[in-house]
Amino acid sequence: MKALKFSRKNLGIPYAAFIAMFVVLPLLLIVLYAFTVEPRELVTNDVSEFVFSFDNFTAFFGSSANIRAIYISFGLAIITTVICLVVAYPIAYILARSRLKFKNVILMLFILPMWINFVLRTAAMKELLFKIGMYSSNKLSMVNTVIGMVYDYLPFTILPLYTVLIKLDKNMLEASADLGATGFQTFFKVIVPLSAPGIVSAITMVLLPTTTSYVVSDTLGNGNVTIIGKLIEDQFSTMFDWHAGSAIAMILLVLIFITMFITRKFSDEEVNTRGGGLW
Amino acid sequence: MVKKIIKVTYIALALAFIYAPIILLTIYSFNLSDSIGIWSKNWGFGLYEQLFSDKSIMQTVLNTVVLALLASVCSTVLGTVGAIGTFYSGRRVKGALNALTQIPVINAEIVTAVSIALVCTMFSFGRTYASLLIGHIVLCFPFVYLSVLPKLKQLDGNLYEAALDLGASPTKALFKVILPEILPGIFSGFMLAITLSLDDYIVTTFTRPPTFDTISTYVFDAYAKGGKGSSVPALRALSTLIFVLMVIVLVIQNVSASRRAKKNENAR
Amino acid sequence: MEKEEKIIELIGVEKIFDGEQAVENMNLYVRKGEFITILGPSGCGKSTTLRMIAGFEMPTKGQILLNGKDITNVPPYERPINTVFQRYALFPHLNVYDNIAFGLKLKKFKNTYKTANGKTVTKIEKMSKEEIDAKVSRVLKLVDLEEFEKRDVTTLSGGQQQRIAIARAIVNEPEILLLDEPLGALDLKMRKDMQLELKEMHQKLGITFIYVTHDQEEALTMSDTIVVMKDGTIQQIGTPKDIYNEPKNAFVADFIGESNIFSGTMVGNKKVRFINKVFDCVDDFPLNEKVDVVVRPEDVFLVDEGKGQVDGVITSSIFKGVHYEMTFVVGKTEIVIQDTMERKTGERCSVIVKPDDIHIMAKEFDCNRYDGYITKKNTVCFADGEFECDVTRLYEGSHLDEEGYLITADGEKIDLTDTDVSVEVGLKDIDIIDNDVDGDACGTIIQIVYKGDHYQVIIRTDDEEEDFVVDTEYTWNENDRVSVKIPADKIKLKLKAVSK
Repeated sequence: MKALKFSRKNLGIPYAAFIAMFVVLPLLLIVLYAFTVEPRELVTNDVSEFVFSFDNFTAFFGSSANIRAIYISFGLAIITTVICLVVAYPIAYILARSRLKFKNVILMLFILPMWINFVLRTAAMKELLFKIGMYSSNKLSMVNTVIGMVYDYLPFTILPLYTVLIKLDKNMLEASADLGATGFQTFFKVIVPLSAPGIVSAITMVLLPTTTSYVVSDTLGNGNVTIIGKLIEDQFSTMFDWHAGSAIAMILLVLIFITMFITRKFSDEEVNTRGGGLW
Repeated sequence: MVKKIIKVTYIALALAFIYAPIILLTIYSFNLSDSIGIWSKNWGFGLYEQLFSDKSIMQTVLNTVVLALLASVCSTVLGTVGAIGTFYSGRRVKGALNALTQIPVINAEIVTAVSIALVCTMFSFGRTYASLLIGHIVLCFPFVYLSVLPKLKQLDGNLYEAALDLGASPTKALFKVILPEILPGIFSGFMLAITLSLDDYIVTTFTRPPTFDTISTYVFDAYAKGGKGSSVPALRALSTLIFVLMVIVLVIQNVSASRRAKKNENAR
Repeated sequence: MEKEEKIIELIGVEKIFDGEQAVENMNLYVRKGEFITILGPSGCGKSTTLRMIAGFEMPTKGQILLNGKDITNVPPYERPINTVFQRYALFPHLNVYDNIAFGLKLKKFKNTYKTANGKTVTKIEKMSKEEIDAKVSRVLKLVDLEEFEKRDVTTLSGGQQQRIAIARAIVNEPEILLLDEPLGALDLKMRKDMQLELKEMHQKLGITFIYVTHDQEEALTMSDTIVVMKDGTIQQIGTPKDIYNEPKNAFVADFIGESNIFSGTMVGNKKVRFINKVFDCVDDFPLNEKVDVVVRPEDVFLVDEGKGQVDGVITSSIFKGVHYEMTFVVGKTEIVIQDTMERKTGERCSVIVKPDDIHIMAKEFDCNRYDGYITKKNTVCFADGEFECDVTRLYEGSHLDEEGYLITADGEKIDLTDTDVSVEVGLKDIDIIDNDVDGDACGTIIQIVYKGDHYQVIIRTDDEEEDFVVDTEYTWNENDRVSVKIPADKIKLKLKAVSK
């Protein structure tokens, strides 16, 4: 046995070591920091000085600005996700069902922005909003952020939807029509349920970054939009309170795992990985 | 007919939405005005000249490319080694490593970023190039792993045995049979890793050394803190160039892919 | 059998996978140059055996010898053995030439040279390009695929891929070629052609072939020796003729070719009773021994009613090309008959079986088995008796209502009267009563055998001449009139597959 299986299996050892060091341990540190405080002014990262405490959490939920950030995050995320789905589904559907010769080219055009630097794309949107005068108005900060997010994540929504829709068996549609369903009924009773894995995967791809990635809200929000991701960044970069930052990160982590646990049931491995089918 | 017009219009509008900002940037990359809102009478390649003579931007571009290459080579090696090791391990090890590999994929980038910042401070090497590289590797390796794994699943289990049977040692069998077979997966994992690394802002900003900039961080600082439009007009030229480069790469890639597909069809 | 002749030998080899025994205490040797086939149904351990010989699996226990040397722990790449895999396992990234040359390119030789000043120098060298070229084209010629060298293996047909897989293995000049169901993926006609080709190749090359298959016809066509396996153990080793004509047990008989298998009892010197009739036979077994009787369908001759040994009726007749396959029913027993003369369904006729066509095999006797039926009173009748029993065991979760109908778990109401059942009663579960009145069935003790710590008694019933075999601690005498009683919970009932 030794002589045979050793070579391939043992490759897992360095891999496991890397994961332990840089995936598992960092998360454990977050938990450690989240449940401790340091009595001194400056964070020293001297573990012996850490004191167990729930203060980070009570402080977080005690601040109305934080609660507002949570509302804004989820509000933005849900609005963006819904708009993305509503806009992307017809595109994916039209492209998947069309017999156009250029449909691959058009699909390529839709997902091409995925390869362009995310920050650059957001910046370009800022230039555009600035040009048409929307950026200057403080009232429109939220709207601008949503436009930017939809703009950034639309390609990530179209691709998984297209992937499931193109796989849809045409016979299924014919069967539905054969059984007396109108085009409308077929769409909602057959096509939409069958594309559920794509929808779920599109949602997970949009929902998470919109709650946490503050690039868009910072660039387009004109300082008026603070989301959870930004709160963490503030604690780490501006306030230098790593314990408080870790506590927020941990809350986020728990939320993510709960969401994952729920959506995992619906997801389709092939469609799910971010950028799957990109290359 | 009406339906078709609606469809075409819809697609066209969506495309217009997606390309409007990019086209705007492209047009203004030939206009020397300081800000996009204002037309300048000076048209030409001035911004491109500015771009190439701006040492800090050039350094930033170089930084970004070198980091992306380094990170994706490391991630590709790590992800491939991990996928092979995991795939041939026992059921429990396999399940555990599979689940752990998913963590950076599903986790929010900001959480990954701060957690790596924490661990690097813990080992007191703070924010150095090493921490930045590690951050990018953590970001990328799961995607290599995930694109190699299906190739291993498709592999005929007997191939490895056939190689041993024909006299290859386990190491030789790995390099001569398994690696060539999963090469397409490794390659697409590598490309994905490059894309992710080039794209990243958040992990970079939390793990980079203080004076180190990538395109992402440079642009972010220029725009987010510039209040209005960009504080560096030359970035319009940079964006345009990146866009053109990407279009070229994708066209080449697609053409060669469709050629390969045709060739395969003919061979059959 | 000279010892030198054995090229490979398995001694007490055992393989356990996750606590499940795949191969049990296997002892087997293969002679040099032999074409040996390991035959058995899927999951019998035949492939595991082959993989242990190849070196892909290490035996949990036991030794494997190659030319008398222990190779149990030698890895596959150091064994002079090559394998042809079931789905070929050709390397898709290499073309035909590179696939075949794969092993040759890896080979290293120690060559000793004498230099000018008389010193001997040993160099480790690889095979030269020309040498490899020559070998590849020779072997391609052997498999009839010359000029295929540059072809992509994925563009080849199944049969061609198969030949390349064989070429890739034999080009290394192995001492043994292992073939793991190599023809399984081919269509029928291709398979037949390849069988003959493989046989021819074996003769031309003169190397030992170990072939694994579940196809008995393939095994019979190609092999010098067949090893029949079942559940990880060897059932029989022999030439195709031996295995076909003298199967050692009912499993082998059933697996190799078609056969009728009956339960029988020896009733005299070379006399066996089955289907309620005594037949002469050529095998000698102890009197009253329970045996399996095997009769090949082509060995049963149909004659007009009354002219043969047993009368019955034809219930089905199917034309199979060369012959008709007919089902002949005697009482409740079906006999499959192959004959070139057709008898119509429903025709009453008679059969003759020649003594040397009756193959008798010892039966592992572990319990009494009978055919019976359920009565109106929910008792069971078998072996000339009527016994109390628990009919609710026929359907899981069922119960009886007041009227004696069976209510199943789903609430369905069933009338069990006249249901055919098979009955099993353990040897120790039968009580003998020393009169022929009080028990449920009566008969005469015809044999008593002392088995060390107990007696085995055989009681034969009067009318149907069924036997009760009973293990008992008490002594009885032959010819005693006795009756038997069986506790209701010891009678195991099973529904017979209903044939309508």
